[in-house]
Amino acid sequence: MVTKSAATAVSVSTSKIIPLSMTALMGLFIVGFVGFSHLEVVHNAAHDTRHSLAFPCH
Amino acid sequence: MSLFRNIVFTAVIAGLLSGLLLTVMQSFSTVPLILQAEVFENAGGEAGHSHSHDVAPAAGAAAPADHHHEEEAWAPADGFERFIYTAAANALSAIGFGLVLVAASEALGGFKGWRGGLMFGIAGFLAVSLAPGLGLPPELPGMPAAELGPRQIWWVSTAVCTAVALGLLAYTRSAVFAALAIVLLVAPHLIGAPLPPSHETAVPLELHARFVNAVYATNLVFWALLGAACGILRARFRAGEEASAGSAVKLVSR
Repeated sequence: MVTKSAATAVSVSTSKIIPLSMTALMGLFIVGFVGFSHLEVVHNAAHDTRHSLAFPCH
Repeated sequence: MSLFRNIVFTAVIAGLLSGLLLTVMQSFSTVPLILQAEVFENAGGEAGHSHSHDVAPAAGAAAPADHHHEEEAWAPADGFERFIYTAAANALSAIGFGLVLVAASEALGGFKGWRGGLMFGIAGFLAVSLAPGLGLPPELPGMPAAELGPRQIWWVSTAVCTAVALGLLAYTRSAVFAALAIVLLVAPHLIGAPLPPSHETAVPLELHARFVNAVYATNLVFWALLGAACGILRARFRAGEEASAGSAVKLVSR
């Protein structure tokens, strides 16, 4: 009984691993692009956001 | 797949809302200070230029051309266009932060309502704004700073260490993990952020102090709203998840 419930708990969390890591990676990619990209054009477009969110800038 | 879709919906709506509020707050607080600092940056421009020309010959003959090219890179025109790009960048950052926030909360058992979302939001503020800001205070244009690459590495490492430490403090009960959390909180500041060789700047200290205050105040409100909105919306967007989780349980019990 105990092992069965433990197995279901593990199976639910493993089914979550892929969507959760996908969303987290997507979020990190977006923040990385807006806040950390070294491309001059991206820097200029997001300039005030980078300063106002205290990202390292210039 | 429904979990992924629901998290994305949650993060996009919460991000758009909090990003919009952030843009409104910024246009009254931080952006006017940035514009003021740019006046000093451009007035003290000769110093900056002579510095870059000192570096250019050492870097090679092609460097001045590159530098010149950088100067001409596209930038949004001041005024409305610049405001729109700032608003878009704010909304995108907020959506990105929201995605990470919801994913982290789901891995730790979910928000459990707006209050839990608010706690996650405040943790986000501590990890992403306050902790990196202790070593690398929010900068105004025209302020001296160390090389960008090392600063970005220190910033990201500090944010990650602080986030992990807060997670350990909130979700574990053993003294060993608490001690590890304290070490993770303190270590980046013991190592120290990359500092510029000189702190001389044309930007007045008083302007910078006001800017730092404005950044922390606006970011705290932004993170609080982002977290609370994620907490509320996450509970609304649960359609399909219980059903699929239920079928998974049935499959396993068979």
